[in-house]
Amino acid sequence: MTVVSPRAPGPSTARRAARSRLAVLGERGIELLIRLCGISAIAFVFGIFFFVFREGAPYLPHLDPRQFFFDTHWYPSSDPPRYGAGALIVGTLSVTLLSMVIAVPFGLGAAVFVSEFCRNRTKETLKIVIELLAAVPSVVWGFIGMSVLGPIIKDVFHVPLGVNMFNAALLLALMSVPIMVSIGEDALKAVPDSYREAALALGATRWQTVHRVLFPAAKNGLLAAVLLGVGRAIGETMAVLMATGHSARIPDSIFDPVQTLTATIAAELGETRQGSEHYQVLFLIGVLLFSLTFLVNLIADAIVKGIRRK
Amino acid sequence: MTRFAETPHIRRKLRNELLARLFFGAMAMAMVVPLLLIVGFVVIKGAPAMTWEFFTENPRRGGTAGGIWPALVGTLYLIILSLCVSAPIGVLAAVYLNEYARENWLTRIVNLAVVNLAGVPSIVHGLFGLGAFVYALHFGKSILAASLTLSIMTLPVIIASTKEALASVPMSFREACWNVGASRWQTIWHIVLPNSISGILTGVILQVSRAAGETAPVMLTGVATFKAIEGHGLFLYHLREQCMALSMHLFYIRTQASGAPEELSYAIASTLLGVVLAVNATAIVFRIYLRSRKKW
Repeated sequence: MTVVSPRAPGPSTARRAARSRLAVLGERGIELLIRLCGISAIAFVFGIFFFVFREGAPYLPHLDPRQFFFDTHWYPSSDPPRYGAGALIVGTLSVTLLSMVIAVPFGLGAAVFVSEFCRNRTKETLKIVIELLAAVPSVVWGFIGMSVLGPIIKDVFHVPLGVNMFNAALLLALMSVPIMVSIGEDALKAVPDSYREAALALGATRWQTVHRVLFPAAKNGLLAAVLLGVGRAIGETMAVLMATGHSARIPDSIFDPVQTLTATIAAELGETRQGSEHYQVLFLIGVLLFSLTFLVNLIADAIVKGIRRK
Repeated sequence: MTRFAETPHIRRKLRNELLARLFFGAMAMAMVVPLLLIVGFVVIKGAPAMTWEFFTENPRRGGTAGGIWPALVGTLYLIILSLCVSAPIGVLAAVYLNEYARENWLTRIVNLAVVNLAGVPSIVHGLFGLGAFVYALHFGKSILAASLTLSIMTLPVIIASTKEALASVPMSFREACWNVGASRWQTIWHIVLPNSISGILTGVILQVSRAAGETAPVMLTGVATFKAIEGHGLFLYHLREQCMALSMHLFYIRTQASGAPEELSYAIASTLLGVVLAVNATAIVFRIYLRSRKKW
């Protein structure tokens, strides 16, 4: 990897041939454009927060935080409406948690297999499959959840509804496994080969090496991989809208339908009038989601950076 | 493997090794198998409905009959327009990060912003597009607003892959160019970009696949559930009107339209899946081909 750092020698001015003023000016202009595009990412992140917050802000003075976070009655269209997002928050967290319970062993297990246990040809093939798995659009996952997984779950577990928390968690697991595998594999790759060689020289098997040497050494990177998977699962919209059953109440079992924050926005924003209370509350949920995923990504990034610096 | 005298300890060790190998292998296979099964099942169920008319006709009776032509056209419009915005900005941003940026707080913040931009939930991108493009800039719910939203959403994909492509050009190429008197931009234009163009294109291809499959952001900013195409000619939709899209059409047919035959939704799903996987496969083949003829 070549990153042109400031300490690397830049172009020499001594040998530069005389160029027309126009060419020099043009170059200045292009460099300015490049700088602008470079910092545009910052502008976009702030822009997203600003515009989402701006639409939701008028409702802030009326917002009762205790009701918003802990009341489980989400009745936006009753009179007077009640905006208790408690059930939605529980819905998001429970689906995410369940999907991680499923995805972590698969994701990290596959990362270990790809990185430590298989030869080049298998490795390349597996990586391609993982890439393709990551490319499947979320609406297609949702469709699969409704049309394929739902009936199967209904028959196998004898539950009244096939679209429920378990269904959505399975889909989210399949969706977040690819990112876990790729980040987890990077983390394992970052462990120096001398560690592996030392373990093998002591007579350790591969499993012993993985279990006793690589896991402790790559622990932070693996944690970051899981966190990025969590971020992905929290923010997922279409798949959970279609496969959770979309019903705002506290689930009693994993086969109960739930409703998530993201799906609520997607399902209800179309019916609201711009500037109405309901509309503003939905934007505030957007602010909440933005902050949640921002935090998760920030922590994951800090962990990854910490590894690189070591 | 030659075995020395097998003590119970060693036997246990080898058994655990075998178990671990099987376990991790099973975890990896658990991802390959569902992908194949799902793709196979969806395509087999959808195949009977995929006729010539399915691809070339307007939907009829609220989408429960007829074809998906407007959705194909709409998706194509969204992809091309969002690409026009995100490709130049993304490539230039990556050039900045890899070739110009010094290691200081500003660069750290830019990198952090790119990481977070990639992590913003798609529905929040949709809310942003609605607040910024549809209402604040008065574009209305339109193809324009939807594709701008998509372009910001897919920007991190292009930045990340372009950065990687630029970083893979050896430093000595740049040094040689600087030594004959070229400026930094001349070096980038004549040496760095031509040598990394293939990697950049791979990123662009991946952006296309991402844009084709997104539903939540475009649903809020400009994709309609039903909008037939009347005329013929090159410009079937106007920028300021709404359009249909494949992803949204699948959602609509499966969840809202009552009485749609089952094969129809399977056919739409396999079309969308086919488009996205074909685009990704192109990127992968492209990358393998490039790696095989890399000069350094």
